[in-house]
Amino acid sequence: MLTIGAAQFKLLERLCNAVAVSGDESEVRKIVLEEVKPHADEVKVDALGNVLVTKRGTSRNRPRVLLDAHMDEVGFMIVAEDGDGVYQFHTIGGVNERNLAGKQVQVGREHKPGVIGVRPIHLLESDGYTRPVSMDSLRIDLGPNGKAQIGERGTFATKFRRAGPSILSKSIDDRIGVATLIELIKHAPPNIDLCAAFAVQEEIGLRGAKVAAHFFDPDLGIAIDATPANDLPAHDGRENIFYNTKLGLGPAIYVADGSTVHDPRLVKFLQETAESAGIRYQFRQPGGGGTDSGAIQRSRAGIPTVSVSVPHRYTHSPISISRVDDWKDTLNLLYTALERTTKSLITERK
Amino acid sequence: MSDILPFLKSLLSVSGLSAYETPAARLIEEKWTPLVDEIHRSRLGSLQALKKGSGKSPRPSILFATHMDAIGLIVKKIEGEFLYITNVGGVDVRVLIGTPVLVHATGLGKVDELPGVVAMPSAKLLPGDIKDEIWMRYLVVDTGLSAAGVSKRVRVGDLISFNTEPVEMSGEIVSGHSLDNRASVTALTICLEELKSKSHLWDVWAVATVQEETVFGGSTTSAFELQPSVAVAMDVTFGKGPGASDWETFPIGKGPTLSLGPNIHPFLYQRFKELADRLEIPYLVEPIPGNSGTDAVALQWAAEGIPTMLVEIPMRYMHTPVELAALKDIQRAGRLLAEFAASLEADFIEKIVWD
Repeated sequence: MLTIGAAQFKLLERLCNAVAVSGDESEVRKIVLEEVKPHADEVKVDALGNVLVTKRGTSRNRPRVLLDAHMDEVGFMIVAEDGDGVYQFHTIGGVNERNLAGKQVQVGREHKPGVIGVRPIHLLESDGYTRPVSMDSLRIDLGPNGKAQIGERGTFATKFRRAGPSILSKSIDDRIGVATLIELIKHAPPNIDLCAAFAVQEEIGLRGAKVAAHFFDPDLGIAIDATPANDLPAHDGRENIFYNTKLGLGPAIYVADGSTVHDPRLVKFLQETAESAGIRYQFRQPGGGGTDSGAIQRSRAGIPTVSVSVPHRYTHSPISISRVDDWKDTLNLLYTALERTTKSLITERK
Repeated sequence: MSDILPFLKSLLSVSGLSAYETPAARLIEEKWTPLVDEIHRSRLGSLQALKKGSGKSPRPSILFATHMDAIGLIVKKIEGEFLYITNVGGVDVRVLIGTPVLVHATGLGKVDELPGVVAMPSAKLLPGDIKDEIWMRYLVVDTGLSAAGVSKRVRVGDLISFNTEPVEMSGEIVSGHSLDNRASVTALTICLEELKSKSHLWDVWAVATVQEETVFGGSTTSAFELQPSVAVAMDVTFGKGPGASDWETFPIGKGPTLSLGPNIHPFLYQRFKELADRLEIPYLVEPIPGNSGTDAVALQWAAEGIPTMLVEIPMRYMHTPVELAALKDIQRAGRLLAEFAASLEADFIEKIVWD
């Protein structure tokens, strides 16, 4: 079994503190390349900016297994200048606008500090106190002499930290997947050819994964992502039946979401792997949302695909929260599954 | 930037919620002690520092009041891993979701600082009648600790402060939480530094007041205790910027405002204005038709009434964790106060008359 120690935390911290909004993943790409090069047989950066890594096994008749984690995060683009260091912006990916008001942000490659302020509460009519600030009135303020270029991207300015059993950070979605995939490349088992896709532009439509799957032409695919836990208590003490996933119950295996119904053979395989290895797991509540699985599955002539996610609360916000144990169990579920993967896994009919 | 910046940033890095100002008071006391003749905390905790004048005893005195307390949150109820909260002072609920906070937990018998974030459960977990609104009573703070960890470490009544680090922006701009009113505390510090090398006949009381954001507790009681001849409050005012461009707002970087209205003695306003003109210190005129909502209110009607003035520093995004002000305005306000103190003649009180 693999462990999460100081080195793994340090890598996750670097990845989370990097800024890589969809379409501008350069900072994370650099870290990924640096980490994987010593361990890979082939490394390629493709036309969209995906990092595609091949690590060959040694056994005979090896399956080609695509593992995918997306490098990009949600954020915003500077779209117009109001003057005096004040800029209009447009969100990139599913940013809930309630998370924007009153936040510190960082803009551009130099991480220029900025803030998103609001009209002071003192100057509101009392019926405005509880009304969310509308997106069209929000601006990014870089200070009166601050300068940004139209098209520059940015995101929240919070920093990674650990607290008790948890990780508190922006962009756990999906740097925790990227960190997991790097770890799996470093410990790839000999029975498979590991095809690792560090994908771009997941947050705006699973774009990187589509071409990555085409390039690798794998036998099967697994998307490693972070899935929202909606496990807060209900206001009136009723049971929360809308939880999606719960923190602390282990990796979330997908059965169906808005992007695909996941391959039943692979769902069952992951479940059996977890049970035989004594690793905790949970099923993500079937429903909306999507991961790169959706794009991978329908690539080429079809690729059997499944998703495994680390649960996290407060997705696409300045601070998400995940449990370290869920991350560790996700890593080990994937590692154990890879060790047990054979070609017959997907030749059997469901 | 000026060498006052590290001090301002240190003030923006500590909590100091109303009635719990000690983290801020400690930093201020350390900074002021070498600049004054006497310094002590009042019975409610205001920091009262005296710089003696050179005039004949008994000397008149001027009191400069800047509040050092900050708005924040407090734990109202604990449910499993989650802390339900309410406000201390006028917190803007619209900016809370996703805001980094620090829980000052007391369950282990000492203050234990736990980072966390404010969150709102999804609509399905909330009553339908709040529609898309944000209500404080449904917000929670999540520290990432387990229910057992929370139960051991956190208590109802524990304070929660904003946890945004202060940042510098181009053009000598500072942003962070609690610039309201640590910007003015910093200006008053600059005033004391300037008075080091200036002669002044009057006694100068520099007071960092407590509990302005809740009940004006510090200014009310310090004005009574110290009985100054003249009082000047310094606070922040609404900066012109995104979302705020009406007559009540003032551009940042163009100097402090001199307030005008029933809360202000017109003679003091006139003297401040003349002084600023003479020294070519830029300023803006701030009409306040009613209540200034600052320590100036409490100072004005303390004891048998004190002639009061209010100087303010324009600041954007008041009562959010990203308040933003220009260092230049802070420096100008500090210098203006020092010059005013030094300009007071022995018979100035007799000149303060109506009509």
